[in-house]
Amino acid sequence: MSGTEIGLAVSVFLACAVEAVEALTIVLAVGTTRSWSSAMSGVGAATLALAVIVTALGPALTSLPIDVLRVVVGGLLLIFGLQWLRKAILRGAGLKAKHDELETYQQEAETARAAGARHPGFDGYAFTIAFKGVLLEGLEVAFIVLTFGANQHDVGLAAAAAGLAVLTVVVAGAAARAPLARVPENMMKLAVGVMLSSFGMFWGAEGAGAHWPGGDAALLAVIPSVLLAALATIWTLRRAVMSATSV
Amino acid sequence: MSRAQAFLLAVWEFVVGDDWRTALGVALALALTAIIAGAGVSAWWVMPIAVIVLLALSIRRAARRGT
Repeated sequence: MSGTEIGLAVSVFLACAVEAVEALTIVLAVGTTRSWSSAMSGVGAATLALAVIVTALGPALTSLPIDVLRVVVGGLLLIFGLQWLRKAILRGAGLKAKHDELETYQQEAETARAAGARHPGFDGYAFTIAFKGVLLEGLEVAFIVLTFGANQHDVGLAAAAAGLAVLTVVVAGAAARAPLARVPENMMKLAVGVMLSSFGMFWGAEGAGAHWPGGDAALLAVIPSVLLAALATIWTLRRAVMSATSV
Repeated sequence: MSRAQAFLLAVWEFVVGDDWRTALGVALALALTAIIAGAGVSAWWVMPIAVIVLLALSIRRAARRGT
């Protein structure tokens, strides 16, 4: 496996694991308070919809000319990556509240209880919330799987990394029987932001006609540089926040 | 809002996200890279500089908004 393929697999695994943790919280909340069978039906329907999206769009993307694919996909990955990075940096610096799975679980459960009486048999509320939760959290992952996979002409590897991440989170969730509140989500989101931004910048520039010094090996400098820049920004902002609060 | 409008809005929010200026900046940086590379000059350095500037501006806007 090449370095780029390892980067692809790690990026997809982390992005998928983060989104799966958030989807698990929603499914647990409606499953526990409403109906497990209806919630799991919603999960199944959303997974099917995501699989159809990946299966339908995968071949279409891989048939594009490589330069067009790289500039479009690179640009989109960079836009996504910069958003992930910005949020992770703000959370790391204490300027944005960290994602709290327990709090989200309690809010979702409270809303589910307030949504009216449970229907015997099929519960439409549990189905809809689980379906929407998994589909919305999964769409971005589906996009990452497609774009990373198409660029490397290895959608199968990207899909396998995503599947492994979902399996890991589901097994951990089943073992814990609770939201996975101890998963270091912000650190994982920072890592995903770094990888998406690095690959997006690399592929986008190549697609636009630029040549990186050293070719693919340039990624070995690009990824650590983006990570260092992000950590330095967190450190600088944290110091600014501390000095502002101590005055 | 019609279904078509709702769909377009969802696509916009999915692709562009909550900071359209960053998305526009990425598009402009890619265009500048293409122009410079098309002129036969080394252009790989454009995107790293663009990323640093766009990220810094995006963080500054978010911090000022208090989010």
